[in-house]
Formats: sequence, structure tokens, C-alpha cells
Amino acid sequence: MALTMYALIQTAILCTNAVAVLHEERFLSRIGWGVDQRVGGFGDDPNVKAQILTLIRSVRTVMRVPLILVNSVSIVLLLLFG
Amino acid sequence: MDLPHHGYRASAKPRGRAAPPVGDPVLFDDTSSTAAPMSNQGYYTPGYNMGAPQPGVPGPAGVNNLFADPMASAAMMYGSSLANQGKDMVNKEISRYVSVNKLKYFFAVDSKYVMKKLLLLMFPYTHQDWEVRYHRDTPLTPRHDVNAPDLYIPSMAFITYILLAGMALGIQKRFSPEVLGLCASTALVWVIIEVLVMLMSLYLLTVHSDLSTFDLIAYSGYKYVGMIFTVLGGLLFGSDGYFLALAWSSCALMFFIVRSLKMKILSSLSHDSMGAGASAKPRLRLYITVATAAFQPIIIYWLTSHLVRTRDFYAYPLTTICIPLSIND
Repeated sequence: MALTMYALIQTAILCTNAVAVLHEERFLSRIGWGVDQRVGGFGDDPNVKAQILTLIRSVRTVMRVPLILVNSVSIVLLLLFG
Repeated sequence: MDLPHHGYRASAKPRGRAAPPVGDPVLFDDTSSTAAPMSNQGYYTPGYNMGAPQPGVPGPAGVNNLFADPMASAAMMYGSSLANQGKDMVNKEISRYVSVNKLKYFFAVDSKYVMKKLLLLMFPYTHQDWEVRYHRDTPLTPRHDVNAPDLYIPSMAFITYILLAGMALGIQKRFSPEVLGLCASTALVWVIIEVLVMLMSLYLLTVHSDLSTFDLIAYSGYKYVGMIFTVLGGLLFGSDGYFLALAWSSCALMFFIVRSLKMKILSSLSHDSMGAGASAKPRLRLYITVATAAFQPIIIYWLTSHLVRTRDFYAYPLTTICIPLSIND
């Protein structure tokens, strides 16, 4: 399997897009992964599920605008160069 | 080694930046800032006072000035000050993205360290003390501590692996520059993937260790040494040598990774504020360490087997297993 850096970048963009399209109230709250459903005491290390939820929420918040730019650029490049 | 104002700090993550870097000569002699004025002074007498550059001044008081023309000397001084400004600007820009001091720590090696570390990577079974030693709250540089991770060996081993891969492909008459580039980028991407997976798992399990990204890159990059050893064994001794070298370097590398990461990941439990963590925590950390170690032989085999493909390569494992079985019937 020949992995190139281009394949890695494509994978990263696709995965980040996948995380960014998870809708908060239509999907995540329904399956119990919403931001208001995190149970954890203060001063205690959060468990794995809380860390995953925090990660999803932060990716959605932080990467929203850069993803718009990166997706537009990659759409233009794919249209031009196939 | 008395360089009070040249000490670069490489502070580990949970330990904050405590004192300014005074009296911390553990990295290496930094001759860059003392060398710069010296190189500018190369054409002048030693008695010349290197204060602010003074264009238009006819030159120093010394009589053996190489440039009789004052304009040439002034232009040279102006050019050197421009170059210094450019250098400072480039350093500032680079240090915004990559912490240069932290990176310098990983390349502060000497040949004694490299020899000992290579021996340790290939035969780690007799090494007793795996603890990374500290010097006043900063980790000791690789020059002074053989347990410290470095980035010199992984980068050199990566380049050597690429060269060896080119040679092995040439022996099989399958060489072309594109294949070489593909081989190099495949190896690099696998290391990047492994480092990302390690970072993700360390984050998800809230392991408060002082393993930085560069540390993880270093520990992942040590597998290139095993790959080189395996490919050499395969090239020199055929299939027997390949599998023997693969087994040897896999065991050595697994032992090395488990012993090194055990100190960092599993023993960081003592840093947790709450002593009564869930009992799943130590198990999950152990799983991470063991999974990292078990990943090494797989990736070594994956990245080197296509380089050592001889006639009896696929038949060799079958013959060693099936013939004894059939004899016993």
C-alpha cells in the first residue's frame, strides 16, 4: 500500500469534515452525546466518553471556518486538475 | 563550560517555566552569537571596537586593515548588519510555529551517545536504569543521558533506510526514482499516523505525562534502525537472514519501547491529584504501551518485506513450518 502525503491530507480533510457535520440537536443529543449530557465531577479526571465529547465539540467549534476555506480550495483544485 | 547567558531551556510540559535560563549550561556551547562578531571582525584588527556599525568612518585605528577603501569596508559592515537583521527575522518567524529551543534539545548529541543508543536499540536486555535523568527540573540532554530521546538517530536512520531501499530495489531491478519517493513518503506517513494515534489515545485517556510531540516522534522513529537492520539481514543472507533479523529487531524494539514508555506513561499515575482513579485506567495505559510495542514488528514487516523479495521468500515460512509437521506423520 503506497501512502503518500497527499493521501494523508485527504484523509485528514475527510475525517474533519465527518466530525464537523455531526449536528448538535438533531443527532448528538438523541444518542446521548450532547454537550449537556456530560457527567463528571470537578477535580476528577474526565472519563473517556467525556473526552470524546469535548473533542467533538471543540473540533466543531474551532474547525468550522477553516474547513470552509479548505473545502473550497480543494473543490476548485479537484475541478481544475481532476 | 561557563555560559551563563547562552543557556537554552528545554522545559517539559507540566513543569512550568520557573527560572530564567541563567546558569544552565547543560545543552551545548552556543558559539553562534559569539561567532557572529568574530566573523565580522575577520578582516579587522582585534583591537577594533565592534560597537554600532559606523558607515562612513574611515576604519579602525589598526594599520593592517585589509580594505584600504573605506567605502568597501563600510559597505561590508552594512551588509553584515542587514544579514543579521534578516537572520533575526527568520528566527522569529520560525520560532512562532516550531519551538526551536525544544528542537535543539533533541539534536544535542555526540558520537558516544549515538553508539550507546544504537547498541541499546539492538540489545536492550542488559540495561538496568531506564529513568530519564533531570537536571534542576529540565531533562538532561541526550549528550549526558543515554535514556533521553533524540531526533538525530531517527532522521539519520530514515535517510539511510531510503538509500538502502533504493539499493535493494536496484538489486531486484525494480528501481525508479518514483518508487524511491513513494517508499520514502510511505515510511514517513506511517510514522505520522502512529504519532497521531498515540497523541489521540494519550489525550483520550488523560495521561498527564511529559511526553511531547517530539518525544513521540523520536520513539516512533527508532523503528527505522530496526528496519535498516532487517533489510541488511535480508540483503546479505537471503530469506533466512531476513526473518532472523526481523525477529531479533522486533523483540529488541518491543522491549525497548515497553521499558521506555512504561516510565513515562504508567508511572505518571503518581501525578494524578485523586489517588482513587478508576481501576480501568492502569489497564488502559498498559494496553496503549503494549499496543505501541506490538505495532512495531507489523510495520517493520510491512515496510521492508517488499524490498527483500527473493525466489524462496514466500515458501520459506511455509517450509519451516509444514515440513516438520509432515515429517512427523
